[in-house]
Amino acid sequence: MAIWVFTDTHEGAPSGSALELLTKARSLSDDVAVFAVGTLNDAGAQALADHGAQDIYQMDAGDQLAAPAAARALETLIGDHQPEIVLFGMDTTDRDTAGRLSARLDRPVLANATDVSNDGPVTVTNEILGGIKRVVTSFEGDGVALIVTRPKAFPAEPGGSGSVVVTSIDAPDTGIVATVVERHVEESEGPDLEAAAIVIAGGRGVGQEKFSTMDELAGVLGAAVGASRAVVDAGWVPYSYQIGQTGKTVKPDVYIACGISGAMQHVVGMKDSGTIIAINKDEEAPIFGIADLGIVGDVHTVVPALIEALKARS
Amino acid sequence: MQIAVCVKQIPDPATPYELDPETHFVVRPEDQIMDETDTYGVEVALQLAETTEGTVTLFSMGPTGTQQGIRRALATGADKAVIVDDPALKGSDALTTAKVLAAAIAREGFDLVITGTESTDGYTGVVPQQLAELLNIPSLTFAKRVDVTEDGSVRIERQTTAGYDVVEASTPALISVTSGVVEPRYPNFKGIMAAKKKPVDTVTAADLGISPSANQTIRSVEPVASREAGELVVDDGTGFERIVALLEETKVI
Repeated sequence: MAIWVFTDTHEGAPSGSALELLTKARSLSDDVAVFAVGTLNDAGAQALADHGAQDIYQMDAGDQLAAPAAARALETLIGDHQPEIVLFGMDTTDRDTAGRLSARLDRPVLANATDVSNDGPVTVTNEILGGIKRVVTSFEGDGVALIVTRPKAFPAEPGGSGSVVVTSIDAPDTGIVATVVERHVEESEGPDLEAAAIVIAGGRGVGQEKFSTMDELAGVLGAAVGASRAVVDAGWVPYSYQIGQTGKTVKPDVYIACGISGAMQHVVGMKDSGTIIAINKDEEAPIFGIADLGIVGDVHTVVPALIEALKARS
Repeated sequence: MQIAVCVKQIPDPATPYELDPETHFVVRPEDQIMDETDTYGVEVALQLAETTEGTVTLFSMGPTGTQQGIRRALATGADKAVIVDDPALKGSDALTTAKVLAAAIAREGFDLVITGTESTDGYTGVVPQQLAELLNIPSLTFAKRVDVTEDGSVRIERQTTAGYDVVEASTPALISVTSGVVEPRYPNFKGIMAAKKKPVDTVTAADLGISPSANQTIRSVEPVASREAGELVVDDGTGFERIVALLEETKVI
């Protein structure tokens, strides 16, 4: 049976999670298709083909939030093609569409999947309580299995025939109107947070005024800067910096957590990093429970000293 | 404006969660607290109710227990609460939760539904969207700012991977808010006293015409081999040297 992968598009390119999910989908079935919101450019469609997509259905919702139309279009396509599974990423449009589709089809959504199996009934593995317990859940009853997956759960690897048929479909009329009237892009400097070999993450303990020391440390190490939810919620840095359950998932070689307590919310987004270094003045901070090296101390003295030492080396 | 706010009482995240060894469901103590992520939705609702001379009704599904989370929200200014408390709903999935909330909200009537983006204990993160689809209304999700325009429409700033979008819809509509969207207020003494007299309706799934069905089964729960804590060093002014040494060891510098 077919496995379908959902993706949003950004300037004609699919989301990063789509290539990861296609790689997983290929291991589950020989019949793999993509449903894309927006309009893919040639390079975007080819990237999906090179990761195993045989068919692409794309739907552009114009200036409307896409989920209501995407859910209706998918409902029709699922009726016609009867896929066994639809895989979604964690992007906002993915989650919006998965939820609406679930309600329309009266089928559950299993979320935060780190693995999927269809050897027998479709089962989903996820980690709960900040990753201390691993739960395997199966879908019951007839119908498609809707699964929202964690980023970086599956490495993206090219494969498949590389040829694909792209079909554009009209956005169905929904009667539900939510109009995007402005789009704002917040550029961040330096390496891509999700791909960087070293990540410097700042928490509330760093303080708003001193948060620029995170950029400085990242600068000398060629690292990317991330932040805890508290820092993003406080508005010190944009949402694109956020690492955690909501936000980005990172797996760098080295993760340096500065003034971050290590709430469950944060840990799920970074616990699979290679080496974890934590600096926090509270020796009881949960982050020390997963750190390879914990420094109980003031980030305002340790970080500047570290920056000077690294500058002196180079 | 008649505002419905979905809230969840959860075990205090500061204490370790326990799972029932047979059902694998989270064991819920009597004195659950309000999920912190929901306190932001309550605050947004209170502010919108103030500007529109509206009302705020809390909707919650789960064991009522001591109701301390609900009572606290009432003490900050919400007008009433509807709690769906039914043993038959124990262990419900996200879709069942959405069906229950949709039925309860539709029964009371509403112009606007406000939710968090996901609960802290379950974090499936799709209930707001399921709820909007069941109510057949727009969902303005992941809002980091919420305003009501002069013509009574709602306008939000919606977090996106690239930045944020400004999105508008007329009511009825649903808005899911991120944490930090506003600063939740604290209850004062007057509010706490007033909350004792505010109505809290308790209803069952049957009252709402819902018969829960399980579409998913937990097969197994296993502990994950967790990372071992490494070395903990109290900084004596040379802590940075340990970090440099480890960076050298991992060959990133």
